Amino acid sequence: MIRFENVSVQFDARRALEGIDITLGEKRIGIIGANGSGKSTFVRLLNGLQTATGGRVLVDDLDPAKDGRKVRRHVGFVFQNPDNQIVYPVVEEDLAFGLKALKLPKDEINRRIDEILARYDLSAFKTHPSHLLSGGQKQLLAISGVLVMEPRYIVLDEPTTLLDLRNRNRVERAIADLDQTVITVSHDLDLIAGYDRVLVFENGKIVVDDIPAKAIAIYREMMA
Amino acid sequence: MKTKDIVYIALFAALTAVLGLFPPITLPITGVPVTAQSLGPMLAGAILGARRGGLSIVLFLVLVALGLPLLSGGRGGFGVMIGVTGGFMFGWAISAFVIGLLIEKFWNSLNVVNAALSIAFGGIVVLYALGNAWVAVVAEISYWQATVGAAPFLIGDVIKVAIATAACLAVRRSYPLISKSA
Amino acid sequence: MIAGLYIKGNSALHRAQAGAKILAMVALGTGVFLIPDWPVVGLVLISVIALYRVCGFGWPVLAAQIKPVAWLLAIFFAVQLWLNDWQAGLLVITRIAAIVMFASLVTLTTKTSDMLASLERAMRPLKPVGVNPEKVSLAISMVLRFIPVIATVASEIRDAQRARGLDRSILAMIVPLIIRTLKMADDVADAIEARSFD
Repeated sequence: MIRFENVSVQFDARRALEGIDITLGEKRIGIIGANGSGKSTFVRLLNGLQTATGGRVLVDDLDPAKDGRKVRRHVGFVFQNPDNQIVYPVVEEDLAFGLKALKLPKDEINRRIDEILARYDLSAFKTHPSHLLSGGQKQLLAISGVLVMEPRYIVLDEPTTLLDLRNRNRVERAIADLDQTVITVSHDLDLIAGYDRVLVFENGKIVVDDIPAKAIAIYREMMA
Repeated sequence: MKTKDIVYIALFAALTAVLGLFPPITLPITGVPVTAQSLGPMLAGAILGARRGGLSIVLFLVLVALGLPLLSGGRGGFGVMIGVTGGFMFGWAISAFVIGLLIEKFWNSLNVVNAALSIAFGGIVVLYALGNAWVAVVAEISYWQATVGAAPFLIGDVIKVAIATAACLAVRRSYPLISKSA
Repeated sequence: MIAGLYIKGNSALHRAQAGAKILAMVALGTGVFLIPDWPVVGLVLISVIALYRVCGFGWPVLAAQIKPVAWLLAIFFAVQLWLNDWQAGLLVITRIAAIVMFASLVTLTTKTSDMLASLERAMRPLKPVGVNPEKVSLAISMVLRFIPVIATVASEIRDAQRARGLDRSILAMIVPLIIRTLKMADDVADAIEARSFD
């Protein structure tokens, strides 16, 4: 369960989020809004990448601003550009990165890596240089790097923006198959059409909170 | 040291390696090859400051020492590092540090003149002082003779100081990374 | 990933510990500076050359190591000949050649990964003074990860600048390259923190 209690975020001169009060318990939550509407700031609050300047955020009763490390174990984050998320030069090294930080035993690390690579048909690339993967494979590797940590929540920040249609579809299927609670920020409205709940952001506020069909229809009208 | 600092340090070490991939330009008349790689230490110091800039070049040198062919022309390993030009290699790290120190000092009033002088002092005066001293020792010549021998390379370095100065000022406007209080 | 300069082999030197080889290199480097006679240093150089054969390296490998400094050695010899005598010249160039050749041999016979392992071992005692071996390893890996990414960004920028007729300006290349990769670095730092590293 995720709760925002009267949360605001103030940057130097700009108010990025204002008075957000919301509880999220659904398994699939979509977040849409124009550039600069506050949606990225909103999701960055979930794992402490951003701290609230007013109010507080609770993820399973933990405050990311105070227990950042604990919360980050349970909230996986996939960024728009996988090139900026893949830290290690070799596929298996990158997958091991977060697991080593958790201080898991070696065979457990290997087991999780093999399992996730098999799941996304990447087994053949285990010892490959990560920069030689295709765009879609890179995004799947980025998602894999998050999934091996076995988080309860997965936040995806525009995960399909940089992909071609085929790879977009692969990533969409990968997201659909996840058991975890998924929170997706996207300009790709089809991606969130089948979700449980969609929030529309504008000027740092949630202006629509509804089922996808209605939220998307209102959003289209707003942007017209 | 914050995660972000480590990433910046790695970034400028990698940038220095990539600058080594650009083909060298041969100067007319003297025939001295000028490589873009020595821009790396200047940029690292001028953009990241003393500590991070110096460490990024140390990191680059560690990778070269580990046996990776990251020096321009695909060279690397201990042979180049402790050979004739060893003083220039270690000098790079010191020069990045010195440049960073000076740029930090002038940060609030940084302009073309003091930025160029800072980069020239660290990137030419300090670097050649160390590099020439090393050459003088291994070749058993006087410091003065080593300095005369290195003089033709100065033209390339003056060009690089100009480029690094312009880059440092441009990046400072859009992406200042040295804190204003420093 | 970038291939190291290591050349596969199974000689005693290939099998020796990286740390031991580095110590030997430092000892040889110091040693030849303490010896004032060119024939003795010449013998050291001949032994180093013999070691190349022992390691199974042919003449081309050997020549490739000395070639980058060959013209410098020629100049140094000439300078000594002019200032002193040919004996002094031989001392200077055999000394440099011995050091460069042996140092290169250490690099040629040691895998980058073994070198890295020794570095990590050597760093361990430095932990109390604030050197964190895990962070150093992370930084090393990130450099290797960044090099192809930056090279790609550089060629993208070069294409874009060429389209605008700016392909001769190094500055027009370097400023956007730095700014774009700095933005990338910020995202990477976020991603590392999001993956529970601190």
